[in-house]
Formats: sequence, structure tokens, C-alpha cells
Amino acid sequence: MMQLWESFWSQIRTIWRVLKHTFTKAETVQYPEQKPYLAPRYRGRIVLTKDPDGDERCVACNLCAAACPPDCIALQQGTREDGRWYPEFFRINFSRCIMCGLCEEACPTNAIQLIPDFEMCEYDRQNMVYEKEHLMIDGTGKYHDYNFYRVAGMAIEGKDKGEAENEAPPIDVRSLLP
Amino acid sequence: MSDGMTVLFALGVMAAAVGGAAVLTWFERRLLGVWQDRYGPNRLGPFGILQVAADMIKLLTKHDWVPPFADRVVFIFAPTAIVVAMLMGFAVIPFGPDLHIIDVNIGLLFFLGMTSLAVYSVLLGGLASNNKYALLGGLRSAAQMVSYEVFMGLSLMGVVMLSGSFSLQDIVAAQRDMWFCIPQFLGLFVFLIAGIAESHRLPFDLPEAEHELTAGFHTEYGGMKFAMFMLGEYLGLILISAMIVTLFFGGWLGPWLPPIVWFGIKTFFVICFFILLRAAIPRPRYDQLMSLGWKVMLPITLINLVATGAIALWMHDGGAMT
Amino acid sequence: MATIYIDDQPYEVEDGKNVLEAALGLGLDLPYFCWHPAMGSVGACRQCALVQYRDEEDTRGRIVMGCMTAVTDGARFSMQGETASTFRENIVESLMLNHPHDCPVCAEGGECHLQDMTVMVGHRDRRYRGKKNTHRNQYLGPLINHEMNRCISCYRCTRFYQDYAGGKDLAAHAAHDHVYFGRHQEGTLESEFAGNLVEVCPTGVFTDKPLVNDYTRKWDMQSAPSVCGGCALGCNTIPGERYGELKRVHNRFNLDVNGYFLCDRGRYGHSYVNDEQRPRFAGIKTSNGRFDAIDEADAILKLRQILANGKVAAVGSPRASLESNFLLKQLVGDEHFCSGIADHEAELLHSILDVLQNGAVKTPSMHDIEAADAVLILGEDITNTAPRMALSVRQAVQNKAKQMAREMRIPEWQDEAVRTLAQDQRSSLFVTAITETRLDDIATQSYNANADQIARLGFAIAALLDSSLPGVEGLSEHQQALAKQTAEALKAATKPLVISGSGCQSKSVIEAATAIAHALRGLSAGEQTMLSFCLPEANSLGASMLASHETLSMQELFNSADQIDTLIVLENDLYRRSAEESVNDLLQKIPHLVVLDSLPSPTMEQANLVLPAATIIESEGTLVSSEGRAQRHYPVYLAADQRAPSWQWLTKLGKSIELAEFKNINYFDDVAKACAASQPNLEGMVAAAPDAEFKNRGLKIPRQPHRYSGRTAMRADISVHEPKQPEDTNTPLSFTMEGRNGEQPGALLPFVWSPGWNSNQSLHKFQSEVGGALSGGTAGKRLFEPRTASNHGRNYEVPAAGPAQYSGSEFVLQPIYQIFGSEELSARCDAIKELVPSPFVQINPEDADGLNLADGHMVTINFAGQQLPVTLKLNESVNSGIATLPAGLAGVPYFTPGLKMTISGGGDV
Repeated sequence: MMQLWESFWSQIRTIWRVLKHTFTKAETVQYPEQKPYLAPRYRGRIVLTKDPDGDERCVACNLCAAACPPDCIALQQGTREDGRWYPEFFRINFSRCIMCGLCEEACPTNAIQLIPDFEMCEYDRQNMVYEKEHLMIDGTGKYHDYNFYRVAGMAIEGKDKGEAENEAPPIDVRSLLP
Repeated sequence: MSDGMTVLFALGVMAAAVGGAAVLTWFERRLLGVWQDRYGPNRLGPFGILQVAADMIKLLTKHDWVPPFADRVVFIFAPTAIVVAMLMGFAVIPFGPDLHIIDVNIGLLFFLGMTSLAVYSVLLGGLASNNKYALLGGLRSAAQMVSYEVFMGLSLMGVVMLSGSFSLQDIVAAQRDMWFCIPQFLGLFVFLIAGIAESHRLPFDLPEAEHELTAGFHTEYGGMKFAMFMLGEYLGLILISAMIVTLFFGGWLGPWLPPIVWFGIKTFFVICFFILLRAAIPRPRYDQLMSLGWKVMLPITLINLVATGAIALWMHDGGAMT
Repeated sequence: MATIYIDDQPYEVEDGKNVLEAALGLGLDLPYFCWHPAMGSVGACRQCALVQYRDEEDTRGRIVMGCMTAVTDGARFSMQGETASTFRENIVESLMLNHPHDCPVCAEGGECHLQDMTVMVGHRDRRYRGKKNTHRNQYLGPLINHEMNRCISCYRCTRFYQDYAGGKDLAAHAAHDHVYFGRHQEGTLESEFAGNLVEVCPTGVFTDKPLVNDYTRKWDMQSAPSVCGGCALGCNTIPGERYGELKRVHNRFNLDVNGYFLCDRGRYGHSYVNDEQRPRFAGIKTSNGRFDAIDEADAILKLRQILANGKVAAVGSPRASLESNFLLKQLVGDEHFCSGIADHEAELLHSILDVLQNGAVKTPSMHDIEAADAVLILGEDITNTAPRMALSVRQAVQNKAKQMAREMRIPEWQDEAVRTLAQDQRSSLFVTAITETRLDDIATQSYNANADQIARLGFAIAALLDSSLPGVEGLSEHQQALAKQTAEALKAATKPLVISGSGCQSKSVIEAATAIAHALRGLSAGEQTMLSFCLPEANSLGASMLASHETLSMQELFNSADQIDTLIVLENDLYRRSAEESVNDLLQKIPHLVVLDSLPSPTMEQANLVLPAATIIESEGTLVSSEGRAQRHYPVYLAADQRAPSWQWLTKLGKSIELAEFKNINYFDDVAKACAASQPNLEGMVAAAPDAEFKNRGLKIPRQPHRYSGRTAMRADISVHEPKQPEDTNTPLSFTMEGRNGEQPGALLPFVWSPGWNSNQSLHKFQSEVGGALSGGTAGKRLFEPRTASNHGRNYEVPAAGPAQYSGSEFVLQPIYQIFGSEELSARCDAIKELVPSPFVQINPEDADGLNLADGHMVTINFAGQQLPVTLKLNESVNSGIATLPAGLAGVPYFTPGLKMTISGGGDV
């Protein structure tokens, strides 16, 4: 009986509390007229950044595509004359993107970065498909100093074997010295 | 009123009820917004009132789709039934001392009959869809209606005992001294809850239960037919509110203002209260709904009936009433 | 069986195994690098460490290597314990000291055994702060990419390359932490099996070069079980596709056929499917000699009109599937069907087929070949005609070592010990061929002569083994001694093996091999005797099985040219089957030539109507390997545009002219069943693989791994509205990632992957035992089993000795083969093209002296009325009076062996 009364009273109390909200102000932000504050590290859509030398950072490793929950990133690797890997095409279908940022987490070269832009509505869905030229920005984004090829051991033009960070000069196999 | 006038008045009531139901879709959303600290539809027209028109246009212009696996005739018939039944219910409502479409001596029973007919709409809609969610919704609805019907009717018997009539005009007239919400507070409480259950509005919208059953009995419905279901639901809301006012809050009785205005104001507040319930209370589980009905509501109703009977008898003996 | 305890848990394992093998077989994740199921243990990487305890009381134990420790009853190990797991983690950490932090740009990433093992042991942070060692890479040819920095010195590459495949030019150089795996100088790796380094290397030192430059990760590749079309061995492959292009071919394990390894022709010889020149649409020739694309319905309508008027003949193909050939035969009728095999080759195949069907000697699988303890190769350069078999023969000669090890009670998997014990002692291998072969280095004796001399030697060996056979007169002393030595070695063997084939293009050689094998069958070896024939093309045996005395030979086809109104050519280039002149003559006489093929060819250029066929990679079909094994290949992806498998084109065609035979043919299985029902020796072909109704626990088998990415973006540039994935109604596989990949029949293995095992090392999760057959059974169905008593034709005719010496003007032409170049389709792949030599002729240096010619001269050779500019090569192994010309090489016309040839011209290059 007590329990019955308690549950009944709890309903009444709830109704009363909700009723009191008649006099509270609405929390809604009237979005298109009132813009919310988006922090610089806010995760909206992605961009492809360039390394400090001004060359594209993406090495087409495919990790972003693998991490992407709606599978909306597709790319094809190519090898450039100078030995660098690069994406021959890099396509993201923003009509599928859920802006989860997992591609940014997965990116080992800091190429993919999310920016505070999410206003991408289009009347034609086809316009939501972004190619590399739409995504590439002329800058390093949030990470100013990182350059993958200065860390990785692969030789490219202008950075031979042994010239990466923390690398010893190449071993002379024919040397008898220890 | 002459016959011609009655027909005109009936058409007027119909138009008002349907129009009211339409406005209610917007009003409910705005009111929910207020209680949930947001705005609700506020973009179209002043205060967003034209949202109603926009919704109408959308629903009317939608593809009128009948699934190939559905039972076509019943599928189309089902949504119309609820609207018709609910509109019929308005026939016996007394809007003023002489303002009613019809005043029959079984007015209350007519109302109960009409609201009960609504179950066919939901049940048939669920069956005809040939969809497991719709069927489950339909089944729930049938069980829910049948259960709550029992004490819905019984809860009103106290009112009938006190007024000594099934005619709604007589019932209103009997409240001149005291509104029945005071002696029949238990009846009011039970009828209120049964009324929500009958119009299967939140928190008792288990036939629809979108979290479990997609959209319950109207899963397969869209466009105009879906709109009919919604119309039926809002008509039901208005009807139940009007009925509560008539039976427990003195109907059109009131000082200074014309009776119809009093009736309108009271009905409005009851509707607001229903919306408040929707804003405040979550949906119970199906078994909770059933045990509430049979284990709590029915006993309360019976106690109310016995007590009212006893008091009425005692009062009668004491010569308080003639 | 023995009981061992791992982490106090008792397990029943097989005696004689090592603990690593046993643990993996039990499903335990014990990391390893240097051990390989086909190559045994050396204990180099120290990764599979466990702690072994003396008994229950022993709490200290000692670290042992799982791969070097034999299973003994009652042995106790700790695998998950602190000591063992810390040890393994430290090992990975030390292996990673110099690792170059380049996984994102490494072609091994995502299927890297090193990645898997690093994760498995839990190593994460590199604590070492010193500088990393670096190495310079080498150019290793067009097939293999070298990135030495990634090396963890497990020695798998050299163990495979030198010990297993017999290569000489890849070795470990320098010492301690300077160890370098490469060549003594840059250059193309010589071994034909170098491509296996890609799969053998547990990290990214050796990667697939064509793939590296057009890279797709393993998880993004759509793949299906396929069969290599490079030669008649029928190695099982897993081709991978992305964006409608073939990206790479990996090995598909089949215990009986290719085991863990492929040859480079098989691995790199399928990229012709990406050729831009391939026809995309049906084409009709216009008056200006060019083709106009027409749509499919028009093409069928046009064909219907052509077929309705006049007599139709058809040419099948030994590189097309049984089903396609069968449908073509049904379409035109037996008496108008030609199998499309060159006449003299058809004759050879006919007698081989006779031996397979009616002989009493077993045709070995390549797994059986590895068990042989004496091998005679009669007139076949198997490295170039059946490359993968050469690798098996290399294992067979190790049987001596294994036998010695058994006697010393050394387990077979103790690889280094077994090799050290045997030193240079090998099982007998006798190689006879027209020129030197790549197996001569392990041969007991090798002998080079022309086909007739080889046949004579063969008959002499047979006569020594079976006195009822006629002896051979006029043998040289050398030949007599060789015959005697060979006969004795074969007689002494318990599992003697004779390998011959169509390589010499000599019926006598085949007869001699048959005679030897059947003679051995009657001796102590008995049923253990093996006889294997190398055949020229992927479905040579199947196509010749479909030929009968009613069908046309090429010559009969040419003779009836006047009466033919329409000729349909299926996946064949007639210029490779007969002399140019006669083919030209035929094609001129025929008003309507219809060619159904995947690549443009001289025949296709002359067609009036071209239908674009799908390749072996894009179609389903059954091929019969030289072992007589019917094997099914499945489409990896649907062919683009109008390209369709030949059987589909032919079915549509047959239905359009309302042939009764085509009434019930709708799906691939209908064709396969009809084909199997058409003749008794093909009955087994439906058992090659399950039909399309097969479900793996209620599900189809996925072609895409579960991590397949980019599905909603890969076609978004064409349209953002994603099409439904194509449905596969013809096979048990699906073009999606949905389904179940595990425990299905071996013929349906689309890729290997297991949780935590992303590399191809996950294969053991799909095997019934580690290194054993696939858990769903070995793929393919052998169509022939030996009879108890042979019944084949035995009218052996010993050829005459022929001119012993060079006459001074004329050479006798003999065919030789090139692994890269002799096969039609693989020679058109970009990577292989670099390895294909320009046409050359080889003669003996002494013969060249008489003509004043030197090595490398450009000369013109004249034979059968043709003149051909070629490079002259001098080769001491070529007998005097013989000239060898690579058959099938681009630029070398069709020729029959035994033709007389003269050399004119000459001069410096």
C-alpha cells in the first residue's frame, strides 16, 4: 500500500516539477541566426593538410578508410617520382560522414584533421562528394612541425637513408669493422 | 433548434473539432516545448502556427501507399473508422444549456459506445498491415481497450448515481450546487486515466510504442491515412477532455461569461493537463499497464461505486435528495 | 600421441612434432618468426620461447624455444607465465630497435606478421634511445621491392631462397647487427620462385613491386579462390581486386598441388586482365577495318543471323575452361568442333591421355613428387614448362637427407641439423633435356641431346628394367653408362618418379617415359611408382578430353575451309596453333569470323565480330591440371562493361538459336553438370567444388574481408547513389563482406584471416593440422586413378639415332621454353615483359665457329620458308647440329620441332 502511494506521489511530484518549467527560459539556440561558439579544435568536417615543407602529408596508407565506420573514405595509393607515397585520388562522401573523427585518430601522418566546419548542406547530394582538391588546404593545420618522412626510414628524394630523425648513416655491408 | 439548424450546428461542431485537432498538433508541440525548456515549432508564421498548414500539405501530398502485402480494403477502412467514431462522440456533448446536437437519455452510454468503436480502427489497422510490429500494436491496443473499458464505464456510474440520469444535459444540470469532481474525485481519477488509455496517448501509447514496435499499429501507414490516425487521436483527446468537463467540472456552468465560453475554457485546461501528463510521465511497461488496470484501477472503481451508492442511499434516506 | 602440459593444462598432441607446431595446432597463440611449416625450424629468432620445467616440483624451469623442442610425453611448459611472456616481449622489443617507423608506407602493413606478433606480445613503446641502423636497398628486378631497414634477421628469406628453392644470388651478408639480406650487387633475382619472398618474409623487406606502385591493403581487396592459368599444374591462387583492377595474386594453400608456394609466372602473370587493350564491348568490323561497338542484344542478334545461314565450325581452346569448350562443342556439334590444339601437340596429348586413363602408374600430385626418392626427368625443362614442379623436385632430392636424419633420430623439422648432416648428399635426380636446365645443379647426372636421343636413352633405361622390352641399338658408351646408372637408381628407389611431357614435342619421349614407369611398376616399387607429364597449357588435358575422333583436327579444319561459312574462335589465337600461311589461308576463305576472347590477338584483328570475354580471374570454370585434377576457379569480381565469361556468351547464343541442348542451361552449374554428363571420364568434374547452392552454415562465403573499406565512397564520384552489390547466382561466394569464411571446402577459400593473425600466417587456422590439408578438405578432384593392370597403347617405336654431327649447313630445330615469355597471356603483363628475352636462337659454340658467328650476334634464321631476325646465343649444352628456338615467345612464329634451319647474315649487335 505504502509502495502504491509512493509511486502515485512520485508521479504527482513529477507532474508538478514539469509544470514549474512553464516559467523557465528556453535553452534553444536559434541556430542560423545565433551562431554557437566552435572551438578551434572542434571536430567538424575533415581537411587534408600539408607538411611544413608544403608537400602533401597524406601517404595513402588507407588507415582512415579502414577506421571509418560508415566506410565513406576511398582512396588509391600511388608512388611519386621522388619516392613518396601519395593518394592518386582521395574521396570522402560527406553525405555518409558522421563526423566521428576516427579518421583523424587513425591518421599516422596528421594529414587528416577535423575543422570547425559542419555547414555543408547541399540541395544535390552529389555535391557532398569531396575529392582531394576540395579537401586539401595550404597549411599544416593543428600540428605545425610534424613531417612523417623526417621520422620514417623510407628514403625519398632529398632525404636519403640514414638522414631521418635518430638514424645512423647506412651500414657499409662490405666493411669488416665492428 | 430546428432540424436545419441542428444540421448546421453539427457541421459547425465537426469543423471546430477537426480544426481544433489540427491546431492541437501545433499547440501540443509548443506546450511540450515550454515544459521542456525549448521552443517547439516557431519558424512558420506567427508563433509557428502555420506549421499546421505545412504539415497538412506534407501529409496530403505524400505518396498514398498501400503495401502490396496488406489487406487493401481493411487497410484503407481502418483509419477512417477512428475519425468517424470520435466525431460521433461529439454528438451528445452539451456545449451550452440548449446547445447540443442531440440530447438523448442514454447520452453517456452513446459516448462510451462510440469511444469503444475506436478500438476497431487500431486493431484492424494493425491486422491489415500484415506486419509483425503492426500486429503486436493492434493486439496490445485490443487488450488495453478491453481492460480499461471496464472501469471507464464503471467509474462513471457514480456520476450517474448522483445525477440519476444518463442524459448529459441532466448531469450538467445536477452539478449546479457542486461539481462532481468533489464527491466523485475517485471516479474522476479513474476516468482520467482510463481516458488517456482509451485515446492511447502518452504515457499509455503502448500500441504505438516507437521504441519497441517501430510505430506499432500504424507502422505501414503514411500520408493521408496516417493523418487520419493522428486526427482520430487528437479528436479523442478533445472528446475525452470535453467529457471530463461535462461529467466532473460542471460542463458549461459558470458565472458572468456565456456558457459556451466556460465550456471552452474548462476543456482547454483539461487538454493542457493531458499534454502536461505527456510531458511528465514516461510510458510504463505493458505488464505494468495491465496490472495497474486490473489490480489498482478496478478495485478503486468498485470502492468508489460502493461508497457512492452507500452515501447516495444514506443521503436519500436522510432526505437530502429527492 | 603424447600428453604435454602447457600452463598446467594437459594437451594430447602428436609425437614427433615440435612444441611450437603443437601449440599452434591447439589454437594457442605462440608468436614466432623464423619457423615456417614448409621449411622447418632453425631457432634463429628466439620468439617462440617457453619455460620448460623438469617435473611438477620444478618451479624455476628454463627458457626453451618452442620450435626447437620436441614433444615428449609428460613435458611441462609455461607459455603465459611471467618469465616466458616477458622474454618474448623483450625479443620483439630488441627486433624493433632499428625498425624504421614506416608502416604507413609499407606494403606489408595490415598483413604483417611482425605487426601481429608485436601486438601479440604486447610490446608498445620503444625504450631504446640510440640511433637506428639503416641500410641501402637494392634493385632486385621488376618483381620484388627491397626495403632492408625493415628486416628482423629471421633468415626466412635465405632459407627459402637458397635452401628451399635452390637460388644462389640472395644471401646474408656481413655480421652482427650489420647483417644484410640481398644480392652481392644490384640486379634481378635469378630464381623463378623469388616472388614467394613476398609471402615468406614476415615483414616488409620483400614486397610485391607491381603492387607497391598501385597499392591496396589486404583488407580492401576483394578476392576469390582461383586457379593459375600460367601452366598445366593448376596451382591454386587468391587474386585480389580493388576498383575493378587486379592488384596482386597470392598463393592459395593446397596441400596436394602448390602447398605454400607459387612460381613467379603464376604470381605476376595475371595482370594482363588490367590491359587497356582488352575489348570492352562487342565489336563489329566496319568497311574501314575498324570495330564499332554494338550492344549485347545486337551482337547476339547478329550472331543469330550469321548462324542461321550456312555451315558453322568452331575452334575451342586449351586455355578456356571445360565448360566454355563444352558449350561451344554443343553449339556447333562434334563434327564441326576443333579443340584448338596444334595437331602434333594434340597427338602427344592423346597418347598422354591414353596413359593417364589406361595406364597402371599413379600420376603424382606435387605433394607426392616431394616424397619421391629417385627422379628421372625425361626430355623436359620443367623449370620453364611446369615451374612449380621444379620446386617440388628440389624437395624430393632432400629425401636422402631426411632418410639419414631418420636413421640418426633427428626430427625432420630440425632443418639446419638435417641439412648439415646430409651435406651434399641428395636423392638421385637424372635430368635429360634438350639444353641445360635449372635443375642441373642438384642432378646426379644431366644429359642434353635432341628429342630422339633422349627417347632412345629412355627406351634403353626401360629395357634394362624390363627385359621383355626391345633393347636399343647403337647407343654411345656415355648413353649406355647413363642408362645403367639411371636404371639402377630407379630400381633401388621405393618411390621412383618419372617426369616427362610435351616439352620435346616428341611422342617417342612420352612413350619411353611410359615404358620406364610401367617397367618400374612391375618391380619392387610397385604401386609407389609415379609418372608425371608436363603439359603446355592450363586446360590442355581438359580440352583434349573433349576432343574425339569425331571432332576436327586443325588440318581437317583447314581442309574444309571452303565449306565453312562461319567460324567461331573461343579464347584462342590460331597463329599460335599452326603455320601463319595456313591460318591466313583459312581466315581468307571464311566469310564470317567470330572471335570470343579477352585480349586482342592477330586472330581477333581479322574477326568480323568480336565478343569480349572475361579472363580466368573474372569467370568461373573448371580446368583439368596435368595431374588430372579438375579444379574450379571463381570470378574475383564481375567483368566490366560487356565483358562476360565465355560460357555466358555461349549460353546466350545457344538460347537465341533455340538449341534443344541449351534449354535447361541457365546457370553455371547447369553447364558443369551437362558437361560432366556428356562423357564418362568427366563425371568427376562436378565434384571439383561445391555448387552454387552450397551454404557455409547457412551463409554464403564472402569475397570481401570484414574490414573492407570505402564502400560508400568508391563509386561516389560516378553517382552518390550507391548501387546494390551484385548478387552471385552462379557460385557459393558473395560479392560482399557478409557470410562465413571458415571450415568450408578447400575449393572455396577466398582469403585467410583470423583474429590477431592478419598476415598469411593465419593459414594454420584454416588447416586440419599445422602444415596439413585445409580443414574443409583439399581442393579439386582427381579424374584419373591408376588401373591395376595397364591397358594403354604399347606399340613403342624406338626412333632412329639420326645424324650425329652438324652437317655444316643445316640445323635441326628443337623447341625450348621460357618461364617468362612462352606462355601467351602472362607474357603480356607489364612486370613480366621486362623479363621476357627478345627472340634468340641457341647453337653449340663449335658449330658457330664454322659459321664465323659469335655470341650476341644478330642473325637471320630461315626455316619453313620464313625468315626471322634473332639474337644468337652460344650454349655448350646444345648438341652439335641442333638449334633451339624458344617456342611461343612473342616474335617467334609457330614451328614444329625437327624442321631444318639455316643461319644467314650475322654481325655485331
